Amino acid sequence: MITGDVVGELVCPAGTPASLRTAVDAGADSIYCGFQNATNARNFPGLNFTPRELAGAVDYAHQRGSNVLLALNSYPPAGKFDLWREAADLGAELDVDAYIVADMGVARYISEKHPDRRLHLSVQAAAASPDAINYYVREFGVKRIVLPRILTIPEIHEIKAEIDCEIETFIFGNHGLMVEGRCSLTNYATGLSTNMDGVCSPAHLVEYVKDSEGNMSTQLGGYTIDRFGPQESAGYPTICKGRYCNEVQPDGYYAFEEPISLNLSKLLPDLMEAGVTAFKIEGRQRSRAYVRKVVSAFRAAVDDVRAGRDPKLADLVALTEGQKQTEGAFKTKKWR
Amino acid sequence: MKPRLTLGPVQYFWDADTKRDFYARIADEAPVDTVYLGENVCSKRQPFFDQHIEEVAERLTRGGKRVVHSGLAEVMLKRERKSCADMAEQDMLEIEVNNAAGLFHLPEGKPHRVGPYMNAYGEETIAWMVSKGATHVTVPTELPGSSVEVLAKSAAELGIGLEVQVFGRACLATSARCYHARAYGRTKDNCQFVCEEHADGMELNTRDGQSFLRVNGIQTLSHSYVNLFAEVPAMAAMGVTDLRLMPQETDMVEVARIFDDIRDGRIEMAAAEARFETLNFAAPLSNGFWHGEAGHRRITAKAAALA
Repeated sequence: MITGDVVGELVCPAGTPASLRTAVDAGADSIYCGFQNATNARNFPGLNFTPRELAGAVDYAHQRGSNVLLALNSYPPAGKFDLWREAADLGAELDVDAYIVADMGVARYISEKHPDRRLHLSVQAAAASPDAINYYVREFGVKRIVLPRILTIPEIHEIKAEIDCEIETFIFGNHGLMVEGRCSLTNYATGLSTNMDGVCSPAHLVEYVKDSEGNMSTQLGGYTIDRFGPQESAGYPTICKGRYCNEVQPDGYYAFEEPISLNLSKLLPDLMEAGVTAFKIEGRQRSRAYVRKVVSAFRAAVDDVRAGRDPKLADLVALTEGQKQTEGAFKTKKWR
Repeated sequence: MKPRLTLGPVQYFWDADTKRDFYARIADEAPVDTVYLGENVCSKRQPFFDQHIEEVAERLTRGGKRVVHSGLAEVMLKRERKSCADMAEQDMLEIEVNNAAGLFHLPEGKPHRVGPYMNAYGEETIAWMVSKGATHVTVPTELPGSSVEVLAKSAAELGIGLEVQVFGRACLATSARCYHARAYGRTKDNCQFVCEEHADGMELNTRDGQSFLRVNGIQTLSHSYVNLFAEVPAMAAMGVTDLRLMPQETDMVEVARIFDDIRDGRIEMAAAEARFETLNFAAPLSNGFWHGEAGHRRITAKAAALA
């Protein structure tokens, strides 16, 4: 059960039952996961849980003192709400510890039908001010906000002083640049929506096209997201991590952000100080080995901070996207 | 029922004089029923035009238009929060809320419109919004027609307006970071208002030479202009009450006139298309989102079948 009294609750991703067990064994306080459909924002083939798998996962986690958070954080389009309703009811039946939601209709349904369960507000709801957060607290009794990755630590501190709920921040993984829950870039290129289908840069619409000189174009839905010379290693084409050209930057530049990962391991004490309750590790699409390594490293780091020791930080840079890491907006507002 | 025509807020950073001239012409000549005024994109731009809103609103009202004050989509800083609070508390103009911070400040039950940034995708969501005083909802630009049809029925039962963007670049993303400033090696705080350089957005082309996106400050837009002119009869039949035209750097009065002729059934689709062609838009047209396909696509066969 989540009480919110634990400072430094480690919230870890699980894309499969095996990953969930790995995360629990590596010391995760909570694990977040979703069903195999559009009701969550990581609706990838081969990922996520059947109802039966989730039942087993909840048992496994609860027996070991860990919590399971069910992500229902996509936006049901008109005519399809039943899928989200059924997922919410199933979550209660399987005894999940909290729901992570973004849509107001879903939040309302759960707050009325399952009032005893915790509601966490997903980063997909894009609540970046005390006023927006307080709206969801007031209307739906939200217990925890997952903050967008756009705030400095002093700003998080200020927000905490004005809200009546717990804060969860991302500390490691993908460094999302767009306001989450407000991005239709993938849909513009592919016809699949991040908000409605839970899909970002779907692999079946990615192509790697090589020309006669050995240059590689990485494409999504026919659009070239980046182009690499014969000596460069080509990354996965995500629109907001691509290189583009215009009159200002004719040779191509990372118009939004370079392929880089968030790593706040050095800032854990400052985040706790600022009033952050829970630390979230991104990556439901990542492997068990990744989950084991990252969760173990942060488990040790959080325990060190709690015990008043300087955290020993394992080198995680090899696991990051593009083998580059950043503290992003958390360190300085110059990032904006 | 014949849908109304609305003019959405100017997304780009046009200088105050340009905007005042633009709205003066809209007031006198454009057959639109409603005009949304205000800054959706960047709070740094607000001081330049906010001081003229009252005067422009009066001009538009005298021209027979209904005026709605539309608010910021991204709210994080103190001045942005204050902007939301001020808008919620004033009684001069009807308001359109684009961020949950705006909803927080609304007095209990105060009538308001819900803007396209509010993620009103489904009937349960709009039912909630209506229970809190929403009188009118603009759906997200990416919502397909099949879902709009369901929503239009709900909206009619709930007695509210339902609006769809039918013209102009689609807003595809917003960010805390200013990409306009970034292109020039600056940050948001010292941007020097470089977004003013591009009255129709800054191009982003792929490294293989495809036109793809447009940058407008913290906003990323489609390169193509959404144009759902051929879908207007289908929208009217399903009960969409309002059709939104987003201002682009083109003759918006003529754009409004073409849509006006279409909603009144005074013009064939082929003739409408020919008139759009004479406007020589800076970008191709698209209607993919409406048809549940990739947003950049233009699907003429399906549009023709609906018409």
